[in-house]
Amino acid sequence: MAEVDLSTELCGIRLQNPTVLASGILGTSKGLLKRVAQAGAGAVTIKSLSLEPLPGHNNPIVIGFEAGMLNAVGYANPGIKEGAKEFSNLKEVGVPVIASVIGRGVGDFMKVMEELWGLDFAAVEVSLSCPHTPGYGMLAGQNTPEATKEIVSVVRKCTELPLLVKLSPNVLEIGNVAMAAEEAGADGITAVNTLGPGMVINIEARQPILDFKVGGVSGPALRPIALRCVYDIYKAVKIPILGVGGISTGRHAIEMLMAGASAVGIGTAVYSRGVEVFGLVCSEIKEWMEANGCASTKELIGAAHVS
Amino acid sequence: MLLEPIMMKIEEVIQESPLARSFMFRKGLEYQPGQFVMLWIPGLDEKPFSISYHGKDFFGITVALKGKFTHRLHEMKAGEWVGIRGPFGSAFNLVVSEANLLDVGRACVVGGGVGMASLATLIERLGDLVVVQGARTASDLLYRNRFKVAGPLPTKDMLLCTEDGSAGTKGVPTDLLEDLYRHYRFDVLYTCGPEAMMVKVLDFAMQYNIYMQASLERYIKCAVGLCGQCSCNGLRLCIEGPVLDCEKLRTLEDFGRYARLRNGRRVSIEEYLGGNRRPNKHPSA
Repeated sequence: MAEVDLSTELCGIRLQNPTVLASGILGTSKGLLKRVAQAGAGAVTIKSLSLEPLPGHNNPIVIGFEAGMLNAVGYANPGIKEGAKEFSNLKEVGVPVIASVIGRGVGDFMKVMEELWGLDFAAVEVSLSCPHTPGYGMLAGQNTPEATKEIVSVVRKCTELPLLVKLSPNVLEIGNVAMAAEEAGADGITAVNTLGPGMVINIEARQPILDFKVGGVSGPALRPIALRCVYDIYKAVKIPILGVGGISTGRHAIEMLMAGASAVGIGTAVYSRGVEVFGLVCSEIKEWMEANGCASTKELIGAAHVS
Repeated sequence: MLLEPIMMKIEEVIQESPLARSFMFRKGLEYQPGQFVMLWIPGLDEKPFSISYHGKDFFGITVALKGKFTHRLHEMKAGEWVGIRGPFGSAFNLVVSEANLLDVGRACVVGGGVGMASLATLIERLGDLVVVQGARTASDLLYRNRFKVAGPLPTKDMLLCTEDGSAGTKGVPTDLLEDLYRHYRFDVLYTCGPEAMMVKVLDFAMQYNIYMQASLERYIKCAVGLCGQCSCNGLRLCIEGPVLDCEKLRTLEDFGRYARLRNGRRVSIEEYLGGNRRPNKHPSA
């Protein structure tokens, strides 16, 4: 049998394989992006940048539980101006790099987009869905169809790069939010951000462990929800989907492709399987494809949509 | 490894120097010298500390006063509770034989300031070694009663130096390296302290082709390799560090030069230390 083709396309970007470093994990430095690329990721996403620097929440910002992780990082980032310095000469990374941007409103987004000019990003991801940062994402009501449409329409005018919109799973009809993004000119949907927020209490300390008390849920607990969201979005829109949520094995990745994703984001699994998770997932996908007579990832995307 | 903080009672507090106290816990931990734990003061913050005492059913950390967090910790007394998560990170590369002596030969341990904390349990494990401890002034020197000062080899020799000359040799530990090497002919160098000092130790190790390891300090948040806060070029200091060996260090652009502030901005080590360490101005640790 001929070599299976792991490559895929996401909003016109060619990826050598469908694994993508999800935003918020390891994307603080070009050095780490390079390392993730060397570990086998098809593309990488930087940690979200805002207009002004944000200190983030106090520690603990991450806490594990039996079905995943909770995080309340609070968008710690050096701001777009410093970020632009960190992420110069991105060609060195070796794979497409996706910029992740956040803002308190359209004004922020416009200014942030301006600073991205001239950098070597392959695409821009607008995150409207963080559940743990006051003033941003879900806590600013950006996860409604109306707000999504308003923000995406403005960002669309600021860039010619492929535009992804990252959605929250914490809505009743995620398909409607995806449609709003599509109508406003988005080229793709990233689904989903973390779930919740949730809480873990240390009963001896008699208080929540996360300093922000609540945090977004990721990892295994999120996976079935993320799959359902991607499945719904695939039915609702024509633009491609970057499926994220709880993926840690090749089987999980294939499941996500079958739900309708064109590529899969990996984040929390870096904890359980190390930075090597990208290469491992790729070889597991390849093995499965070989064993099941599947020549190309194209055959997998949306395959679970039977009438 | 404890993935969520376990509340532990402070068993004892030891005043090590005017600015440093050790906090002892009666709890066994799977641990290798060089690793660190995250200490949580509920409602305040959680910070990394090297384990400086370790036994079958106890461990301790040594904490220097720096900012808001360490001030609060120093106020705490035996009987009060804190959360402990860990241990995390890489360890000093010890090849311990059945006799519990280091296989690689004779070691030289170079400690500066509170960097001695992460070297203390290593010193206890090593058989044949010389220790050089440097501090600003005599009262800042740590563990003077714990390790024999200037005894004969192959027991533990600890040489002292202070910047103001108030104890031991006047100067910094790296001033002594040439003489020490001539005298002791050590085979391996371990170091923890100010990064400028560790850079000099690396240079020395390279010059004489001696295996060397250093324990670095950076702002650590998640401690489980996800958040990227402690990124040192392509390394995560909470996973691949804090202990790195000479082969890694010599290619690490950030070593001795750059570190990241809490918001992730990469700045010079000097600015990082200023921003993180100046008490009452930007209290962080």
